[in-house]
Amino acid sequence: MLQKPFAVAALLAVSCGAQAASDADLAAIRSQIDEMKKSYEQRIAALEKKLAQAELDAQAKPAAQAEAKAAAPDRPAPGPVVAAAPASASAFNPEVSLILQGQYVNTKDVPNRTITGFWPNQLDNLRGFSINETELVIGGGIDPYWRGRAIFAVNDDEVGVEEAWFQSSAIGHGIGLKGGRYRSGIGYLNEQHPHQWDFANAPLMYIAMFGSDASFREDGVQLKWLAPTPLFLEFGAEAGRGANYPGTDRNRNGVGAWALYAHLGDDLGVSNSWRAGASYLRTSSDNREAELYDINGLPALASFSGDTDTWLADFVWKWAPDGNPKYQNFKFQSEYFWRKDKGSLNCSGLGTACDPLAAGDTVTGDYNTNQRGWYAQGVFQFTPNWRAGLRYDQLDSGVQNLGANAANLVVEDYRPKRATAMVDYSWSEYSRMRLQYAQDKSMYGITDNQWILQYIMSLGAHGAHKF
Amino acid sequence: MIRLLMTLLLAVASVPALAALQVFATVPEWGALAREIGGDKVSVFTATTALQDPHRIEARPSLLAQARRADLVVATGADLEVGWLPLVVRDSGNANIQPGRPGYFEAARYVTLLDVPVVLDRSRGDIHAAGNPHIQLDPGNLFRIGEALAARMGELDPPNAPAYQAGYKAFAGKWQAAILRWEKEALPLRGVPVLVHHDSFVYLAHWLGFKTTGTLEPKPGIEPTSGQLSGLVARQQGAPAKMVLRTAYQSNGPSLWIAEKAGIPAVMLPFTVGGTPEAGDLFGLFDDTVQRMLKGLR
Repeated sequence: MLQKPFAVAALLAVSCGAQAASDADLAAIRSQIDEMKKSYEQRIAALEKKLAQAELDAQAKPAAQAEAKAAAPDRPAPGPVVAAAPASASAFNPEVSLILQGQYVNTKDVPNRTITGFWPNQLDNLRGFSINETELVIGGGIDPYWRGRAIFAVNDDEVGVEEAWFQSSAIGHGIGLKGGRYRSGIGYLNEQHPHQWDFANAPLMYIAMFGSDASFREDGVQLKWLAPTPLFLEFGAEAGRGANYPGTDRNRNGVGAWALYAHLGDDLGVSNSWRAGASYLRTSSDNREAELYDINGLPALASFSGDTDTWLADFVWKWAPDGNPKYQNFKFQSEYFWRKDKGSLNCSGLGTACDPLAAGDTVTGDYNTNQRGWYAQGVFQFTPNWRAGLRYDQLDSGVQNLGANAANLVVEDYRPKRATAMVDYSWSEYSRMRLQYAQDKSMYGITDNQWILQYIMSLGAHGAHKF
Repeated sequence: MIRLLMTLLLAVASVPALAALQVFATVPEWGALAREIGGDKVSVFTATTALQDPHRIEARPSLLAQARRADLVVATGADLEVGWLPLVVRDSGNANIQPGRPGYFEAARYVTLLDVPVVLDRSRGDIHAAGNPHIQLDPGNLFRIGEALAARMGELDPPNAPAYQAGYKAFAGKWQAAILRWEKEALPLRGVPVLVHHDSFVYLAHWLGFKTTGTLEPKPGIEPTSGQLSGLVARQQGAPAKMVLRTAYQSNGPSLWIAEKAGIPAVMLPFTVGGTPEAGDLFGLFDDTVQRMLKGLR
């Protein structure tokens, strides 16, 4: 505490030159600081840091000045200087950022939007002007051992906890431990939030794999290990609740979903870098429900219980002249998935082919699927502000074996396809406007020409440049 | 699978601890300074080159792999690397290089920063809350940074601490003589008005006494616009700048355009070690910087 008056004096000495500070001055300044503290917590933290720095400067100055003098007797006198505040997004306050995202959408009116040939998760049929969920991100160090981060998604009538996790920072040995709710590390795109995507919507593959969220989120624990090799080699394992599609909440003790993955990456020369990965996800379902159609075209309630295995392969390659992505860069990314459901399907619904009154009971039969899909995309930034990109999506409904329900329910063999082109303009790192056109054939018999005009704005703490 | 994993773990564990102090420098100038101080006692990895804008780097897999093995991260700080270094350090799983640990060194903490913004608002562009981070272009700053870095290296590698001290002393001696020489050579630059692409040369101007009369970027981090450029050309009538400066990693288009319209030379400065063939080390960096500016004046 004794240091504080000295620090104030040092600051005064630095900023006001030879003017001496009396005790009255110090008292006045302290009372001023106290006053400010009430209303401006942030400012006071910064000021205190500055005082500390001034003190440091005052201690270090004689030596440095002597050196400087010796080196440069006639150097220009330094102007009034302000001591450096330590670099961090904010002093003791967490980093806060807010993501604003919205769009104008012009598509066909398809009330029951799903992907033909895949488990019929209901998708948005939102047209015209709308805003996406507004994301509020708060994060920072908790203590020397942990850091934390929460991402809240604010919608019209609810606030969702998109992510909320803690992460280790002191274990070392390449080990990273994360716990809470997080986006799983499987695949490449899975960890990215919509505002980080290069297109206005997710690849079809991610919607087929994980539903309209297009990401597998998990309440659980994640353990990662980065090998001490010059080549980037990372292994990850996760265990969690597995409440999200393709799993369901199960109200059980134990683990509902497992994930394993490995990533490999490096630079090729100074201009190229790449990352490749392979992932496995095991989820379990108790009564995963959806509306399927019976042989007469009537909606019937289907419910799946069993296990789902998902394998993913991902590859990303980035190029920038001299490794400087500011002016020009190119990014190619592609992912492939393969998924198997194994279990039983229960079908019910009054008046349908599996009406319990007609059939005596609901109909339960085997349910086995073997489905796959992929996408590939390239995005070229040709000036600091402009980027253009192309993406192609394709899925294969593959094998859908319904066992005893094959006589009651209809599933379609189909290869959903979509081709997308986009161009976007960024005023700065914090604002972007995007125009996207897609020819979407993800539903049988429908060719949907989709136009999306989208904005993405972020304010607050500087975002991370993730690879 | 388990056998494979065990074999891998054993292989990793049996790699003998590398003798040299592993230094991860974010930008070339700190890599060069660590080499001056550490000599053959250190093994230095430099994350960026002089042709890369240090604001715009991504947390590439290769950087994560290098940070994983580092004993010491030497960064500029002051938010220069804010877009990628926190992510690299965080995901490296390396406890020794986390901020607050001895293995994390920020040069900007040891010098007085210029251009500290009074108001923090992104409508003023991509400003740095702590002040302008391009501190390496005032050679006087390298005394305090070098001294602190040598002490830090000694703290992490006590057996070689005397060698680091000696390395710093030898460097500081040569550096003092060199600064005297540069200041004498650069006397004609005092008071000379110049235009700059980005606020990259604040410390250089502060040291050599030339005046920055305009920036090609309308706001920090925002690319030059035609409006801004023609405004600068118009101002040439009243207050003519003598040259327009840019770094090796900035595009030459805007400064060449100004140079042609205003009839002044466009001068590319190395900005950091490796920015030009002549700027092979820290001494070469300033030799070449001064020479190129003097040539621009002729």
